[in-house]
Amino acid sequence: MKRLLTIFAATAALLTLGSARAEGELFIYNWTEYTPPELIEKFEKETGIKVSVDTYDSNETLLAKLQAGATGYDLVVPSQNFVPIMINEGLIQKVAVYDLPNYKNYEESWKKPEWDPEHEYSAPWQWGTTSFAYHNDYSGKGDSLKEFFEPSEELRGRLSVFPTPDEVVSLANIYLGIPFCSEDPKQMQKVQDLLVAQKEYVVAYNNETMSDLIASGEALMTNHWNGFARLGRLAGAPINYAYPKEGVVGWFDSLVVPSSAKNVENARKFMNFMMDPVNMAILTENQGYGDAIKGTAQYYSEELKSAPEVNPPSDLNVVFAPTCSPKAQSLIDKVWTKVMQ
Amino acid sequence: MSSWLPKSEAGRRWLGLAPSYFVIGIFMLVPMIIMGVFSFLEPNPYGGVKPVGSLDAYVKLFFEYDLEDNLVFNPGYLNIILRSFQLSFGATLLCLIFGFPVAYYITLQPENRRNFYIYLITIPFWTNLLIRTFAWIIILGRGGVIETPLLAAGIIEDSLRMMYTDGAIAIGLTYSYLPLMVLPIYASLEKLDFRLLEAASDLYANRFEIMTKVVIPLCKPGIIAGCILVFIPCLGAFIAPNLLGGGKKLMLGSLVQFQFASARNWPFGSALSMLLLSAVVVTLIFYARAARKREVMEGSA
Amino acid sequence: MSAQMQQLSSGRKGRKALPVGHYRGLGSWAVVFFIFLYLPIVVLIFYSFNANRMVMNWGGFGFDWYLKAFQNDDIQQAVWNSLIVATVSTIVATAIATMGALVLARGGSFRGKTVSLGLITLPLMVPEIVTAVAVLIFFSAIHLNWGLGNVIIAHITFCIPFAFMPIRARLEGMDTSLEQAARDLYASPWEAFRYVTVPLLMPGIVAGAMLSFVISMDDFIITLMVGGAGSTTLPVYIYSMIRRGLTPEINAVSTLLLLVSIAIVTAYWILSKKTET
Repeated sequence: MKRLLTIFAATAALLTLGSARAEGELFIYNWTEYTPPELIEKFEKETGIKVSVDTYDSNETLLAKLQAGATGYDLVVPSQNFVPIMINEGLIQKVAVYDLPNYKNYEESWKKPEWDPEHEYSAPWQWGTTSFAYHNDYSGKGDSLKEFFEPSEELRGRLSVFPTPDEVVSLANIYLGIPFCSEDPKQMQKVQDLLVAQKEYVVAYNNETMSDLIASGEALMTNHWNGFARLGRLAGAPINYAYPKEGVVGWFDSLVVPSSAKNVENARKFMNFMMDPVNMAILTENQGYGDAIKGTAQYYSEELKSAPEVNPPSDLNVVFAPTCSPKAQSLIDKVWTKVMQ
Repeated sequence: MSSWLPKSEAGRRWLGLAPSYFVIGIFMLVPMIIMGVFSFLEPNPYGGVKPVGSLDAYVKLFFEYDLEDNLVFNPGYLNIILRSFQLSFGATLLCLIFGFPVAYYITLQPENRRNFYIYLITIPFWTNLLIRTFAWIIILGRGGVIETPLLAAGIIEDSLRMMYTDGAIAIGLTYSYLPLMVLPIYASLEKLDFRLLEAASDLYANRFEIMTKVVIPLCKPGIIAGCILVFIPCLGAFIAPNLLGGGKKLMLGSLVQFQFASARNWPFGSALSMLLLSAVVVTLIFYARAARKREVMEGSA
Repeated sequence: MSAQMQQLSSGRKGRKALPVGHYRGLGSWAVVFFIFLYLPIVVLIFYSFNANRMVMNWGGFGFDWYLKAFQNDDIQQAVWNSLIVATVSTIVATAIATMGALVLARGGSFRGKTVSLGLITLPLMVPEIVTAVAVLIFFSAIHLNWGLGNVIIAHITFCIPFAFMPIRARLEGMDTSLEQAARDLYASPWEAFRYVTVPLLMPGIVAGAMLSFVISMDDFIITLMVGGAGSTTLPVYIYSMIRRGLTPEINAVSTLLLLVSIAIVTAYWILSKKTET
């Protein structure tokens, strides 16, 4: 019993030590494997700030966690449609990104985004697209969303779709020519009919093993993300990432500072650090998505420069999902629940 | 050492229960009450709740508004709940059929070997559930461990399509929760006195009767514990249904998850959990009643 | 007991007269059971030597992922966190559950027994995501911010019923005559408890502790929500890798964890053998 108590006391002591905040620390909360260790090491070496990285699995988790009152993080990395929600809910704070020295490197075409037009809150991380990918053996060319939403017979039982509504419904909106976040039940009925009909062909709703599904031949076509598809292809899966003529859904992840952050200045230092093209190029090379910083391309490897997943056709229509109104969101949920019943 | 123990029976009783009350009372009951309160509030559109009372969450469980804004009965959510109960029931039964003989087999082993077997059962569970489930995809999937040799031998010609079926879910759930069945059964079988079996045999009970009339009644507490430990986590399971079943039909676990994450309707998520909680409690009460009645009957006989 | 067992199992070899309580096919059933249990483990160990980046796509034999795992500080930290959380919560939860089980199985019937039973099994009945959100709201309301400590408290709470069930199942109907005999021989209640009850109860305690440990090592949602900064555990790490795809690095780490588990138990055996002699 005594020994047990000692162990417990020792652990408790360790924990309190661990949670004591010293000056010069930075707590980053990011998607897993989304923060290359060499970048962190470089930042620590340059600034002397000690960085600790924790991980989450989705924007929804991050939001729920911040809503429920989680504290202790100095930087989090939500996607663009979650930034306005976090601003409205008072979960993140203004940090004057426009005032940082390296802000000058921000790519002009990415400046003044809808979700943070004045760059008061967010600094860029990575951006990518959601579309579908197909097996080498598939007979189509992957140039229309029709192939994905109204598949041919060869895809019966060989199609995989994401298991969460947001990106799937957005793609369906693009295909049907319906505006994102529609509040019109009739329009959403069309989306529902489309998805219910598509379900006949679906083998799995999955956003974990898309490349494996293609590699094993279990699926001939899957919903996919561009950077993830590239990794699958490099690992030998016969994957082709599709750029349908109707367009694809885009997402843009950025660094923001929670209102409860204790090390705001260090967070800004990290934001500034990431807007240096040398550092951002390290991230892009590691992730294979896109960046929004000028002058990074000169540091890319030859493979990355020529990867089809990272270099979309110039006329590609990339649509970024905005934040939906509660009414639109509840329609999306209704549609999805019906599809899944 | 024993001097500090309270003298009275009741005192000792409450001393023994105090830590459980303290931990679960504070860190489980209080949060549950918070959730219960939440289920009667209005949702905040972006997660969280508004401090405005509302019964909408409970109405939504059974009804929905059609396009003309009329309330109509909607069995959708009830179907999901029913489906989850069926699946959990099936998985529990499979675990029991598969696990009981093994627990019994281990009890028959010499004493020094039993712990080794128990340990063998827990080793695989040092590995993360997601990774183990991935291994099942490799085993069951197209061109996987099972199919490849059969294809090569010419026994089958096309893929067996074992993945993304209810069978695959059942295998996955059974696999995930097997130790939760075997260990409690073993713990209660282990104290079985084999002289009782011999006595029964001397009284001309056959093997089947020995099993059903002696062994099973004696280890019933273990069987019940095992069934509860498997059944309830199965209700909330979502890894096996999603990864092995293809997630084509919502299960209770994914539905609640969906309300807190994507749909951001915390009151509805809380109401769903309250419904689940009451369903489980009602089942357990019925079970407890039945057990007590039987005890009374056996006692008076 | 043990001698009797030996006799029984040696009698098993004669196929004609199976001793009482033994059944044909039980052994083969157990073999099938263990194949079922270990097939995925064999597969996952095999694939930890996959040189390919994708877990399920075989790309040749290699040790690359083991090297990577050894260089990955984040993964090592996550493994440590998991082991600390699982060990501490198992010890505490098993102790609490044992005390509770002793009262509820031995204390006769008393007012509040059913309520107590319900309370102890409560953590089982609530969907994980609900527990996760509710506990997080509660923690932030009382400003509890102990990092890994938050996770440990939550784990202790939901591990209690998993430890409790097998212990209570073991206690129920357990013969009290031995303890009675010990008391008759002038053993103090503590001595009777320490030298008679606890050894008799051990299989239940071991089963309960093992269940707690396994459950704690696997928990994802609650840990993800409740954990403060610096408390990423292995499951949280693994589940969150999804957007980038799982790599055989996770298989390598799992294989190493299996080795650790085997090493611990072997050490325990050698030690317990020594104390016996």
